[in-house]
This record gives sequence, C-alpha cells and structure tokens, in this order.
Amino acid sequence: MTFVTNDKVVYMDNNATTRVAPEVLEEMLPYFSEYYGNPSSMHTFGGQVGNKIRDAREKIAALIGAQPDELVFTSCGTESDSTAILAALQAFPEKRHIVTSRVEHPAVKNLCERLASLTGHKHRVTQLPVDRDGMLDLQQYEDSLDEDTAVVSVMWANNETGVLFPIAEMAAIAKSKGVLFHTDAVQAAGKIPIDLAKIPIDFLSISGHKLHAAKGVGVLYVRKRTPFMPFLIGGHQEKGRRGGTENVASLIGLGKACELAAAHMQEENTRVRALRDTLENGLLARTPHSMLNGHKTERLPNTTNVSFEYVEGEAILLHLDRFGICASSGSACTSGSLEPSHVLRAMGVPFTAAHGSIRLSLSIYNTSREVDHVLEHLPPIIANLRTLSPFWQTAHRGSVGRSGSQCGCK
Amino acid sequence: MWEYTDKVKDHFLNPRNVGEIENASGVGEVGSLACGDALKLTIKVDDSETITDAKFKTFGCASAIASSSALTEMIKGLKIDEAAKITNEDIAEFLGGLPKEKMHCSVMGREALEAAIASYRGVTLPMALGEVVCECFGVTDLEIRRAIQESNLSTVEEVTNFTKAGGGCGKCHDRIQEIIQEVRKEARTLAIVDKRPKRLTTIQKIKMIEEVIEREIRPALKKDGGDIELIDVDGDYVIVSLRGACVSCAASQTTLKEYVEKILREQVIETLIVEEERA
Ligand SMILES: Cc1ncc(COP(=O)(O)O)c(C=O)c1O
Repeated sequence: MTFVTNDKVVYMDNNATTRVAPEVLEEMLPYFSEYYGNPSSMHTFGGQVGNKIRDAREKIAALIGAQPDELVFTSCGTESDSTAILAALQAFPEKRHIVTSRVEHPAVKNLCERLASLTGHKHRVTQLPVDRDGMLDLQQYEDSLDEDTAVVSVMWANNETGVLFPIAEMAAIAKSKGVLFHTDAVQAAGKIPIDLAKIPIDFLSISGHKLHAAKGVGVLYVRKRTPFMPFLIGGHQEKGRRGGTENVASLIGLGKACELAAAHMQEENTRVRALRDTLENGLLARTPHSMLNGHKTERLPNTTNVSFEYVEGEAILLHLDRFGICASSGSACTSGSLEPSHVLRAMGVPFTAAHGSIRLSLSIYNTSREVDHVLEHLPPIIANLRTLSPFWQTAHRGSVGRSGSQCGCK
Repeated sequence: MWEYTDKVKDHFLNPRNVGEIENASGVGEVGSLACGDALKLTIKVDDSETITDAKFKTFGCASAIASSSALTEMIKGLKIDEAAKITNEDIAEFLGGLPKEKMHCSVMGREALEAAIASYRGVTLPMALGEVVCECFGVTDLEIRRAIQESNLSTVEEVTNFTKAGGGCGKCHDRIQEIIQEVRKEARTLAIVDKRPKRLTTIQKIKMIEEVIEREIRPALKKDGGDIELIDVDGDYVIVSLRGACVSCAASQTTLKEYVEKILREQVIETLIVEEERA
C-alpha cells in the first residue's frame, strides 16, 4: 500500500482527527526511548517522569480553568464519556433518569441507549430534540429534569455541525435542581474558551487527538467533591480514580497541545473563522440548491456543514479525494449504514439534502490557498454529479420510480 | 473507507452511457431521493428485439453509479431475453466485486433493468405487488425472497446488504427472519424431493431406509442410550425394533411415530408407516 502524505493533501477533516503539532511531537519523543520509566516507581529514573506529568496536568487544567487534581487521565474521549455517565449513575443508584440530546456523538448516545445491559436496570432516557438550526429549547430542557434525574449529558459542540449548546445556562439549571451535569467537550476544547471556575459543570470530557495531541489519550474533568467511581479498576494511578499505567508520552504531549491551543485561541477565532466563512460563503454562492446545516453564529469557528441537493455524499468525497481534499459526509453510504446522519435527521434536514451533506473542518494549519483550492474544485464536482442525477432535470420532484419505494424513515 | 476495485473506480469516475434516450423503447425507474439512491434506465430496442442503446441517470454513491454504468455496458447488443437473465451477481462480477454492504447497489441495477424490460413489453412487474415488508425502503417480500434464494442469504444483515430491507428503523427484522426461515425450509424440502425417485423398487426402498437409519436415526437415539434395528419392510410397512433405553422408555411410541416415521417419510417416501416388531 502506498501512503498519501500530508504535503499532498488539503486536510479539512479536523473534527475527525488532527495532526499532532510538531511542538507536541518533540515533547513526546524522549518519553518513548530515553525517559521510559514508570511514573509510579520509587527510583528517580521513573519518578522524574511523574514530575513531567504533573506539569502536563497543570497545563491542561489551565486551558479549561480547572484545578490540576480535578483531572483524570483516560485513554480517549469515549472512555471519559462512559466514566462520567456511569459514575453519576452509581452516585445516585435510586435515580433512573438521564437527560441527553438527540444529536450526541455515539460515545454518549449508544451508551445511554444500552445502559440497561450494563447496569442491569431500566433507565429512562430523555433525548431532547433540536430545531432546524440544531439548537435546544432551554425551557423544554428545564422541564425534563425531575427528582428521578441522575445526570444530564449534553455535548458542548457538535462534531458534525459545530453547533454550540448553551452549556453555561444548562449547567446552572441542572445545579439548581441538584442534578449532576456532564458535557462532552471533545470538539469544544481548544477551539473556544472554557472556564470551569465560572460554570458549575461536574464532568467534562476531552480527547487528545482533536486538539493536535496524539490519538488514544483523553481527560475527564471531575469537579472537587462531585461523587466519583472509577470505570477502570486496578492500580492506584490517578489517585485510584483510573487504574492502568499512564500513557506517559501522550499525556505530556497533551499538556503541550493545551498550552498551544491557549496560545492559538485568538487565531482560531479570527483567522480560521475567516477562512471557514470564505469557504462557506463561496460554496453557497457558487452552487445552486446548496444550504448550510446548523446555526450560523452559535457555532465552532472551524466547522462548516453544507448540503448539496440531488447528489450523494460519498460520491462527492471520492471526487474530492482525487484532488487531495479530505472532508467527510453525513450521507448514509459513507458510514455503511443505510440512513443518513442522526444529527441531520434530528435537525429535520430533508433527506434530499442529508444524503448530500459535506463537512469541512479546518485548523490553524489551513491556508487561504487551500480554501481557494476547495472553492475551485468542489462546485464543478457537484455540477458534474448533478448531470448524472435523475432528479436534477426533472428537478425537485423529490421522487421517481415505482410506488412503494418512498422512504418512510424518520 | 470502502475498498473498491479499479473497475468500480473507473466506472464511477468515467461513467459510460450517461443520459436519457429520447423516445426510449423501455424505461425503468427504481429507488427514490429519500432512500439515498435511485436509477433511471432507458433502453432502445430494435425490431429483432436487440438492445441497441442504453443510458442511465443515477443518484447515489460510487457503487450505485458504477453498477449503473456497468449495466448499460453489459446489456448493449444483447437480445431482450438474454438481458433479462442478468442478475445482480453478474453486475457485481463485471465490476470485479462490490463490498458486501454495497450489494444493494447492484440489485438496484437489476431491478431497473427488469422494470425497463417490463415497460418495453407493456407488462406490470410482479415484485411491486408483494407485501411491503420494509416500510423505510419500500421493499416487498417478493424481492426479499428472491434475494435469499438467488444469493443464498441466511441472516437479516445479509438481506439488508442486498436489498436494504431492515436498514432503517429495524422494525421489520423479525418479519425478515421469518421469511428467511420460510424460504430456507422450502429450499430444503425441494432439495429432498428432488433426490427422491418417483417410484421405488422394494430393494431400493430397503436400501434407502437402512441408509437413513444409519446416518441419522441411530446416532440420534444412541445419544439417549437407545438403539434401533430394521426387521422387515413389507410394502409401506417398516417394521423396526427399539433397543436399549428405548425399550423401557414410556415415550417410545412417540419416538417411533414423531421421529422415526417422520424422518423416513421425509427422506424416503411419503407413504411409509413405521411399526414396532411385536414379540
Ligand atoms: C463529540 C465527540 N465525542 C466523543 C468523541 C470520541 O473521542 P475518541 O475518539 O477519543 O474516543 C468524538 C470523536 O469523534 C467526538 O467528536
């Protein structure tokens, strides 16, 4: 197999994963072969690694306004999500209700839907709906909380659309009702300012590979005095909150990545945002029957999700691939499932558009030349695929074919 | 990322025969926008019933576009009757194979072809008349049955890969499972019937009975500590003697009728009557 290298691609799939920053890699490397000691060891050789992890912990805490000892290192965002939700349920074993949303990442969505098999109890799961812009109704959220509610788990930023939920208000409402509050901030961390000193969040999940650190490392923030039970039970690492020898190099890298993210926050929200807007406006202007999915302003600065009607996402992606452009799609065909993204369906994006959705997610490594490259190639791809589409000329009829072939999927 | 063959990629990136034939002899339209893929096939047929031209328009993923393009290449120049024999497996094979999750794309090609031929002949397709099993994707039991038979499918997941049925809300999974069982059962009985000659000589009959007892009945009884011996065959009467644990077993009559007789009837001849030897 031949590998496609970074210099040959225009990488606009940063919500899927990011490049490890060169500075991060540099920090990590010595911890594989030179300082490979176990931080739990009594000897100086291992112990010095523990000191370095402490530094990393401080840097991560600084990015989100937390205390260093409120962080538990994990193996990924998914583990952080599972740990938080199961810890909250164990803290209130008599409470059997969870409030979440219909647009969560599978790490939360599938866990909530399968809790019965994990805990042996039937849980009531309220999945709050979203509107056409992907936003929640705060009143409906407040009304959904009752004495039986153990925990709220809602994402800060949506991975597909970048839409931001009003986490500060939501956490305050949960606190006022005595309900534990977890947020999956995997996409938000490093892209928008987060200050846990000001927001009463109990649990917050972070994943390293979404902010230019390595894959396979994550963090769970657990507020002081929030009840907690470990998910991985084993040694005394993380003060007994998570067993297993630390992924030392990755943790140290994550510390560096958080430091860099704090330093780049301004640029992310100005230059990257401007690039995203140029890209988005250009695509919408150059392509008839295209539309934005997600709220225009309540959104991450790096993400755009655009639907092109009458064409299918996988076909678009494979054409983009020929020009070295990396993106993703909410179409059914890309996931191997037969239905388009649950996020777009929850937002009520019509099927005609959901199948042809493309997500472009940028990072500080993108340039305006790259934006131009996408603007040059993507609109002709859509036009070309539309010449193949039986719906394009008969336009907008919505359906052809024998009766009985209309989809009834919700 | 899907692993597509070079042939799939070629037909996707350089699709052949895109468009619509004006005044086509036959038109086949399947799928819908909502379902995520759709295909409109138009064919031109001359007086000798030969397909002289075929064009397509497809909305869908790379496999859907490649399958449509391949289909048009395959049918051009064929007689209608020959074209009608093309199966979805033929389309997939032409492309050097498709990922199993994408087999429904080749099925769509085949269905469009059938629809086009039916419209040329001016008849209605039977498939659309069946019971709609999957409401999400509008798939009928007839389509599901055919896929199970032709591609030898045995799980709901396989049926979904081939027909899309069950790929939506999942409510119809139980019904699909039932259909799989029905079809497989029919197939089994058919296979057995086929093996059975219409008339048996007594010697053939005895041989077959012995064989079935050896192969199936004795091992099963032995598991429970019993045994069986064939004493005589007189016309349709099969006289046996039960041994071992069977002798004292109160259920031995049931074993004889429900099990031994049933199997012999299934596998030798429908009219057999099994009786126990009287001492
Ligand atoms: C919102 C969100 N939550 C959780 C995850 C899972 O993170 P990880 O891949 O580190 O398990 C992702 C990554 O795709 C994500 O986007």
